[in-house]
Amino acid sequence: MENIDFSLVNWSRAQFALTAMYHWLFVPLTLGLSFIVAFMETLYVRTGNPEWKRITKFWMTIFGINFAIGVATGIILEFEFGTNWSNYSWFVGDIFGAPLAIEGIMAFFLESTFIAVMFFGWNKVSKKFHLLSTWLVAIGSNLSALWILVANAWMQNPVGMKFNPDTARNEMVDFWEVLFSPVAINKFLHTISSGYVLASVFVMGVSAWYLLKNREHLFAKRSMIVASVFGLITSAFIVLTGDGSARNMAQFQPMKFAAMENLYIGQQNAPLVAIGILKENAAQADHKKQDFRFMIEIPNMLSYMAFLDPNAYVPGIQDLVHGNPERNILSYKQKSEIGKLAITSLADYKNARKAGNDSLAATALATFEENYKYFGYGYYAGRDVHELVPHVPTTFYSFRIMVGLGFHFMLLFFVVLVLTLKDKIAKNKWILYTALWTIPLAYIAVELGWVVAEVGRQPWVIQDILPSIAAVSQLQPASVQITFWMFFVIFTALLIAEIKIMTVQIKKGPGEDTTTPETLTANTNL
Amino acid sequence: MQIIRNIYQFYWQGFRSMTLGKKLWAIILIKLVVMFLILKLFFFPNYLKTNFDTDQERSDHVIEQLTK
Repeated sequence: MENIDFSLVNWSRAQFALTAMYHWLFVPLTLGLSFIVAFMETLYVRTGNPEWKRITKFWMTIFGINFAIGVATGIILEFEFGTNWSNYSWFVGDIFGAPLAIEGIMAFFLESTFIAVMFFGWNKVSKKFHLLSTWLVAIGSNLSALWILVANAWMQNPVGMKFNPDTARNEMVDFWEVLFSPVAINKFLHTISSGYVLASVFVMGVSAWYLLKNREHLFAKRSMIVASVFGLITSAFIVLTGDGSARNMAQFQPMKFAAMENLYIGQQNAPLVAIGILKENAAQADHKKQDFRFMIEIPNMLSYMAFLDPNAYVPGIQDLVHGNPERNILSYKQKSEIGKLAITSLADYKNARKAGNDSLAATALATFEENYKYFGYGYYAGRDVHELVPHVPTTFYSFRIMVGLGFHFMLLFFVVLVLTLKDKIAKNKWILYTALWTIPLAYIAVELGWVVAEVGRQPWVIQDILPSIAAVSQLQPASVQITFWMFFVIFTALLIAEIKIMTVQIKKGPGEDTTTPETLTANTNL
Repeated sequence: MQIIRNIYQFYWQGFRSMTLGKKLWAIILIKLVVMFLILKLFFFPNYLKTNFDTDQERSDHVIEQLTK
């Protein structure tokens, strides 16, 4: 790994980031809207009120548009695995095979079959069977997300596998450990609930637009109630799962955690920087310290967040890079030496096997297995170990903006719910405008969540085991650049199509409006 | 047999009565054609499958890449 083409690595990373971020523009709305539609249809089946059917059908159409535009955009990521990240693809071996195969089967049978009933089945199948299909689409969509997120969680915390040095592949030894690792469970719950919040914001914002246009009052208010209740519950849940994710991060990815907190020097009773503006200075450039221009701290909160103990020690970037013997933290230099030993012993093992020298092969294998834990650090032996530090400001700000927006959504759900129940929402124009303009903020929040998770773990493709410099295929950087721009054009076209079709459909509305402000009598109609 | 006929009729009538759905299906089909017949075929060959014939060769290549 002496002649690394960073242009190739960076373009490949940029391409993957672009594809994943565009894909993630479509997925969360599908995840959340599928459940919102299911709740609405449940209300229709329980009450028999045709207005609920009208509401359900409208949001189902919006779900259909988003589903159609977004479907298969994730396949591009699999193309990239095989072409741009072939070492990684081979190396992860069977770990991804099982979850992704289950995802494919699940997606095909649950989503594809029951989506047809959802859209074609009105008045053709019984109300209850139609409702069951809608719920199965929601459950199926969310379970599809489970498998891909399990695969992603494994990259953040590789467990339940054993590396086979003969095939150069990781083999799954415990499926349940992979599926039920705390990182996988938290990642799944946190990610899908972010989709629920986004969909709730979306439904609330579009409904606000109708009220601003003095259209579809009953439709808008009922949609707002469902969205704000669902959004409020899932916002509370997202705080819990986010807390779990932070603890997982502190345990399994301490560098990501330190970068997210801009914590350079580890400390006990570490405070959480609730709000902060970083100050770029020479010390930061040298990875020693990064000051704040301004900050508001919550005492002991970071220690508590990380280890449920306000007195706990939270290691900083300096501790992780240079080691801290008092806290039994190895330096990156030490880890890179161990990793280098693992890499060398893997090569020795292969050579000994080729030469038929079984005893030498056994010795090399034992050395390899003993040191495999830090395999990936070996690629940084003799290099600047600060390459193992992710971009701190990006991780720091992304986390804070995401959390700040999360609290904004929660407050907005509460206010909208109260005002709608009191039938005062239509008169509060500024709340309606806020709800409308919160739609793009929800998209920003979910994308920033992805940035925290993925930028924060750089340079690791698989935590501690495989960095991006070793995972990439030996391609021409120019070819990666070409496909990067091709994807940019294709995905942007899809996004424009989505926005245009959705806007037309929203302007068209849910059909004939049977209600006007005058015919509504407050809560009785809700 | 009647069940198969009913299922066929269900899908046939469903597709025939689509309005917005027709546009969405067109987008899905164009997207799949672009992805699988252009991107996958011409721009995203599987690196290891294209350059090596057997799994043994592929694993040897990856180990060489990882240990060089």
